[in-house]
Amino acid sequence: MLEIKEKKLAEDLVCYHCGDICKDNSIAINEKVFCCNGCKTVYELLDANDLCNYYNIDDKPGITKNYSAVRNYDFLDDQELKSKLIDFTDSKITTITFYIPQMHCSSCIWLLENLYKLNPGVVQSQVNFLQKKLSVKYKEELISIKELVQLLDALGYEPNLNLNQESETKVKSENKKLYLRLGVAGFAFGNIMLLSFPEYLSTSDPENLKGIFAYLNMILSLPVLLYSSREYFDSAYKGLRKKIVNIDVPISLGIIVLFLRSFIEVVLDLGPGYFDSLAGLVFFLLIGKTFQNKTYEALNFERNYKSYFPIAITVRREGKETTIPVSKLEIGERIIIRNSEIIPADSILIKGKANIDYSFVTGESTLTKVNNGEVIYAGGRHIGSIIEAEIIKEVSQSYLTQLWNNSVFTKQSESKTTTLANAVSKYFTFVILAIGFGAFLYWLPISVATGLNALTAVLIVACPCALALSTPFTLGNTLRIFGRNKFYIKNVTVIETLAKLTDIVFDKTGTITDSAKKDVSFAGNDLNDYEKSLVKSSVKSSTHPLSRSIYEFFDTKIEEYTLDNFEEIPGKGIKSLIEGNEIKIGSSNFVKNYDEESSDSTAVYVSINNKVLGSFQIKNVYRNGLKEVVESLSSKYKFSVISGDKSSEEANLKKIFGTNAPIYFNQSPQEKLDYINALQKENKTVLMVGDGLNDAGALKQSDAGISISENINNFSPACDGILEADSFTKLKDFINFSAVSKNIIIVSFIISFLYNVVGIYFAVTGNLSPLFAAILMPLSSITVVVFTTAATNLFAKSKRLI
Amino acid sequence: MSVILILIIFSLLVAIIFLGAFFWAVKSGQYDDQYTPSIRMLFDNKKDKKEQNNNSTN
Repeated sequence: MLEIKEKKLAEDLVCYHCGDICKDNSIAINEKVFCCNGCKTVYELLDANDLCNYYNIDDKPGITKNYSAVRNYDFLDDQELKSKLIDFTDSKITTITFYIPQMHCSSCIWLLENLYKLNPGVVQSQVNFLQKKLSVKYKEELISIKELVQLLDALGYEPNLNLNQESETKVKSENKKLYLRLGVAGFAFGNIMLLSFPEYLSTSDPENLKGIFAYLNMILSLPVLLYSSREYFDSAYKGLRKKIVNIDVPISLGIIVLFLRSFIEVVLDLGPGYFDSLAGLVFFLLIGKTFQNKTYEALNFERNYKSYFPIAITVRREGKETTIPVSKLEIGERIIIRNSEIIPADSILIKGKANIDYSFVTGESTLTKVNNGEVIYAGGRHIGSIIEAEIIKEVSQSYLTQLWNNSVFTKQSESKTTTLANAVSKYFTFVILAIGFGAFLYWLPISVATGLNALTAVLIVACPCALALSTPFTLGNTLRIFGRNKFYIKNVTVIETLAKLTDIVFDKTGTITDSAKKDVSFAGNDLNDYEKSLVKSSVKSSTHPLSRSIYEFFDTKIEEYTLDNFEEIPGKGIKSLIEGNEIKIGSSNFVKNYDEESSDSTAVYVSINNKVLGSFQIKNVYRNGLKEVVESLSSKYKFSVISGDKSSEEANLKKIFGTNAPIYFNQSPQEKLDYINALQKENKTVLMVGDGLNDAGALKQSDAGISISENINNFSPACDGILEADSFTKLKDFINFSAVSKNIIIVSFIISFLYNVVGIYFAVTGNLSPLFAAILMPLSSITVVVFTTAATNLFAKSKRLI
Repeated sequence: MSVILILIIFSLLVAIIFLGAFFWAVKSGQYDDQYTPSIRMLFDNKKDKKEQNNNSTN
């Protein structure tokens, strides 16, 4: 009964802005309750501008704003930085595009597109929801970038300011080109089919319309040849120059022969030509290409450390605090780092006590205490009160960023594996040429014309349209099925690599352990309810991750008291006063006044009125289903674990991965990369599964690198695929699916070969009529498309992936 | 000249116009974002109505 009552109370007290549960109704306006002052401020701002429609479009659309402090955006006044951020300006009106990861519902779109109501300086703002981008046109004289960013931040939509956005625009313009090529091919295909109708129906032709139509067809097929199929010619040419016969070689050959033969037939008035087949072929091929080119626009697979680092930092110059862009940092500069800010360059600590979380750099999850005069490394996140440090190395020369000078990152990443289609096409092309010339030589003594006819017919009918379509449709569909299961991959070649794997390498912290969950237990005398209440109330006020874990450890029913006094000593623990009881929670040094080496977990000690009661043992929890994934894959693949962490978990890992699996600890990012490289030298195809920047090198070096992310909009290092943490258990299905996809492609190759055999039979006998070609080629393509799509879908269903 | 030829040429012209429209649509970025416009069209301008009401009552 009591429980129901409690629940009801909680339901009533839901923040009007963000939908979070409120502690009490102390923050409220007109019966509208808010969880924090941040949310209330946003509501007031919207209310004042008559923008409360925001709350009507989607349910509880707001973003929790636990802080009410406005961030310092002074660095945005820097002209050089500004010119890098904006898209275009004519010194009156400026256009800028922001990446806003918090955008999540239609209310967000509505509000962000109504920015002009909040500030008259905004001319127009437009959202691209899938890319989570907001492009704003504003008047320079009325609002500056800084004010614009402050406005967005005030609303809870803090833009992710980033300086390297070039690669994205390139992809976009390539997609545009593909659409245009497809449009032209479709246009030509439709019209040529229409004009070929008299030919198909073989009606009588008193006015020689067929002849005129043939010329029209020729004109229509010119743009297909010269524009739509350009990419195939380019790729074939590039391949041949490197002495590789890729799939585009037989395709290009087929297209050129199709056109030449048709051209000669029409000019010499021998027949109508195969223009319909030509246009159809290119049209289908381009459809396949479009299908395969599905990309996850909101995700970025090419991030380097720059997108993780802040773009600006506070420095102290001549006693004054100013904010400057990180790129302008010089050796000797004094930087000021606040709680949970990231250190941009290696520096020496000169003021304050630092607690650095290097988990993203090294994988080591415990905080590192740093004293005055010691070095703090770039990439670490400082937790605690303000510190000051002096830069000793340039940003690009820091320990972490040096990894990016490794050749893996500078090399243009070309596809590391030859695709199946390209491997097959090498033999395919030679066989087709052999058959064609064989037929030519056979007919030569009888009639040169028939010989040429047979040769060209073979090249035309054998044009591997179905072959070229089987890969994009199988893999394109697989990619979509993966996407539906929250596994986002960069492109379809990743699937082919996954199908060839021999080794799987895991990172530990954050990858196979669940960073959101902690296994908390209490060692010592059992606490009574009153003591529990005291501890629970104390940790509630602390934002430290360990305090959070301890807070969640307690039952919700345990009563909470208000604190009379609370003090958080960074790197040590918390001290609080409740009803005259002094509670100390923290490290052994802090609570017991001496250091105690903890064995295999992080220990947080508790004392009440200087009586030590025991300690909370906080352990990492392995992800749900890790065992399952390992067990089902271990027969086929070799596992290893490389961790930047201490070796404390070795026994547990051996239990999961077996005693033979190599497990390495204390690995630096470079060592991880080298390990992958060593495996590859033994001709192994390696999958690296990681999460942080410390895995970036290994992810890049590996044949396929998958990054695990709790939230796909957060930063993840450059990789081939991003797997959402919820779907970790499905990893085994994804890898198996990739292998099945490969088999589906092989079967569809066989189907298309069978069609080719039929076609070639007619071709070598010199009986290939244009109508027959126009039916056979699309038919084979459609069979392959239907087969591959159905097969992948069926398999996905059997694995419950769709 | 057969009338069918005139018709064919005319139909081709129409098709070319549509091809041109497609080119324009792609180049002006209408294919860049295929999701947001579908949401955007569902917003109604409530605010304007409210303002009008306010104006009329005042």
